[in-house]
Amino acid sequence: MTATLYGLLGAALTGIGLFGLLARPERLLRLLAFNLLGGGIFLVFGAVARRGAGAGFAGDPVPQAIILTGIVVAFAATTLAVALLLRIASDDESDKP
Amino acid sequence: MIADGLIAAAILVVAMATVAARGAFTAVALFIAYGLLLSFAWVRLGAPDIALTEAAIGAGLSGALLLGAAARAGRAAERPPGRAMTAAIALGCTGVTVALAAAILLLPDPAPSLAPQVAANMATTGLGNPVAAVLMAFRGLDTLLESAVLVLAVIAAWSLAPDEAWGGPSGVAQPMSRDGPLALLARLLPPLGILAAVHILWIGKDAPGGKFQAAAILAAMWMLAWMAGRVAPPQVSARWLRVVVAAGPALFIAIGMLGWLTEGAFLAYPPGLALPIIMVVEVALTASIAVALALLVMGPPGRRA
Repeated sequence: MTATLYGLLGAALTGIGLFGLLARPERLLRLLAFNLLGGGIFLVFGAVARRGAGAGFAGDPVPQAIILTGIVVAFAATTLAVALLLRIASDDESDKP
Repeated sequence: MIADGLIAAAILVVAMATVAARGAFTAVALFIAYGLLLSFAWVRLGAPDIALTEAAIGAGLSGALLLGAAARAGRAAERPPGRAMTAAIALGCTGVTVALAAAILLLPDPAPSLAPQVAANMATTGLGNPVAAVLMAFRGLDTLLESAVLVLAVIAAWSLAPDEAWGGPSGVAQPMSRDGPLALLARLLPPLGILAAVHILWIGKDAPGGKFQAAAILAAMWMLAWMAGRVAPPQVSARWLRVVVAAGPALFIAIGMLGWLTEGAFLAYPPGLALPIIMVVEVALTASIAVALALLVMGPPGRRA
């Protein structure tokens, strides 16, 4: 039941994040929305992990480990996106007469 | 169940408020709250390892990174979409959500699971934490690639430095704060944080914890001292910095090749020696990941003001 609830939450977050990514024109907000989307996908996968509980574990450890790796990679991608948008902002600034 | 409902409702509200926020600072503050609430969800899903990572990286380090970016990010690049377009986007996104929800509700029962296989083979690794066993042994290749991704991310971020700033200190220099909460915390917290990180790294072999969480805490402690102006950001041209960032993944690859030579498979550990080898790699990876994360939050060398 818990797994289904958070799985559905993940589905909703994916839609909300995708909407923000497409509908907001600000770069930083798009990046935040993209991370909301990512959190939703991780939750869907986490719900799948929870349903696979067994052998004395509260969840299937294989998807859990992959989500953990995914969070770190998503963070690395976010830092790169921030570096890119700050560079764009600084170039826009120096292009102004 | 009531707790789950409340947590889920709070996450939903915070996510919608983030997307609808007017100012960049408001959106980032809501996003930090989203990360913290998400770590409660991970606890409820029986994933304390993920909860620790989400709290340290998703809420802590992301918060420091995005608050800094909110102050300097430029204006909108283009106009917002018109009313008809927004409605079409909303319709499409609802479709994605409905499809995912249907997939969740139609998952097979009983659920397929690798938990029994992990439980059956965990003894050969000497580890007591199943997630650590998957990360370091059963899916070690994923962890290796992931640590290499961090090195690549540092290289990619550094390549965005303007030419005249290359070789200088990473990020923007922070003014020294002499008093106030930041100066106090920057002196009080790092010793405790380093202790907590070492503890989390060591117990990670048997309990929730491990290198990612420890590295995120170490990076956060460095960030704290940097933001208070207590330590100077490292020069990107410093050799030690590059060696530390690359050492963990390089050692992991070397161990993998050793397994190929002695056991006939990349990343295979010799029987009986698995635990000591894993712990050495964990310690080396912690140092590399901590420095890489800190460099990524500080950002590439910037133009001097």
